[in-house]
Amino acid sequence: MKTATLELNGTSTKLAVEPRETLADFLRERCGLTGTHLGCEHGACGACTILVDGRATRSCLQLAVMCDGRTVLTIEGLRNDPLTDLLRRHFHTCHALQCGFCTSGMLITARDILCRIKRPDAQAVRRELSGQICRCTGYANIVKAIVAAGEEIGQGAVAQHMHGGVVPT
Amino acid sequence: MKAAPFDYIRPSSLEAAVAALAEDGLTTAAIAGGQSLLPLLALRVAMVDLVVDISRLDELKEVTVTPEALRVGALTTHAAFEDGQVPDVSNGLMRRVASGISYRAIRHYGTIGGSVALADPAADWPGCLIALGARVRISNRSGERSEPMTDFIKGQYSTSLAVGDIVLGVEVPRMPTPRWGFAKAARKSGAFADSIAVAVARDQRVAVVLAAATTRPCLMAEVSARVMAGTEHALRDAIAADLAAQAPDADAYQKRLHTATLLRAVRELRGQ
Repeated sequence: MKTATLELNGTSTKLAVEPRETLADFLRERCGLTGTHLGCEHGACGACTILVDGRATRSCLQLAVMCDGRTVLTIEGLRNDPLTDLLRRHFHTCHALQCGFCTSGMLITARDILCRIKRPDAQAVRRELSGQICRCTGYANIVKAIVAAGEEIGQGAVAQHMHGGVVPT
Repeated sequence: MKAAPFDYIRPSSLEAAVAALAEDGLTTAAIAGGQSLLPLLALRVAMVDLVVDISRLDELKEVTVTPEALRVGALTTHAAFEDGQVPDVSNGLMRRVASGISYRAIRHYGTIGGSVALADPAADWPGCLIALGARVRISNRSGERSEPMTDFIKGQYSTSLAVGDIVLGVEVPRMPTPRWGFAKAARKSGAFADSIAVAVARDQRVAVVLAAATTRPCLMAEVSARVMAGTEHALRDAIAADLAAQAPDADAYQKRLHTATLLRAVRELRGQ
């Protein structure tokens, strides 16, 4: 076993893990943070996407032990994040989820898209979303929700800062 | 799937990392972004005893521009190129190539050093770097060496790296406003490509490279010779000749696909 300390959803967390343990398994099995979903476990489906040091990444493609000293945010840690909140509202309004398995990864990826691209159109959202798989095939409404959230931000709902999170205006 | 058990260390210096990687009797692997190594371990395609974490070594983070070349450390991520954080000596080619690698979540952690060290035949960087005339810098216990990218890549997942070698970074020569063309065909955006064509013209020298066609990126000599002048008909003949020589096993569909990406790359270059 190896030990590492990371900041998990705002709380300093010491972990004892096997070197081969992924961050996804650490979050789900040891921390009970089951909002991070595991589809393929080799980086293809995007369901387990989380933020490490503010950058969206597959938690199945991060070793927990490598996150020593890093800041990790999961969907649970984004409960009070203004941008994620706004996205949740648009996902709700646009009916952008069906079974919900891909949703936490979709929300975090959508957040990453809106932090980098101002008012993305549907084409840009589709391109950026190509690494996230929805097995219900509900892409049309997911794209609509992200475009609508981008429009609302464009009208000044929240201020964006690349990688640095979002603050209410 | 889950990776088979392995041990893990994070050495604090390049010397210690090199020593760990060369440890007797152990199968070792260096990890930086882990965006290729971790899937290979999870699928148990690769099995190692010891994973050596090089992701925080300052020696691999250098990004400098000299009068001759851009020296970029192995740990530079694809996203850093995409976001324009790396000085550009390629007139935008490297930025364009980086932004098409896999998905943004992968580009945030995947590194240029990892890409060249893995030498996946369908990867974007090796073909691009060969066309740019880049070199690879490598460190091991006996010191540092530098090799042209075209000699470094030996074949499918095969390079000149020996046990205990670490890729320090790549060196891209500066050239007066290179012109280029780049085309890639993949079944799904972000998936590994079925065909990649890169064309770079600097001064009077032209290099057209085809990747994802065979075990390693190959120089299309006939096409390169006709990029600046030849008619489309002559160009198609040159592509057919190069494909017959370099990718004799390509089926009819693959030949059409490679022809299409090569023509697109050449047209883009000519249009610049």
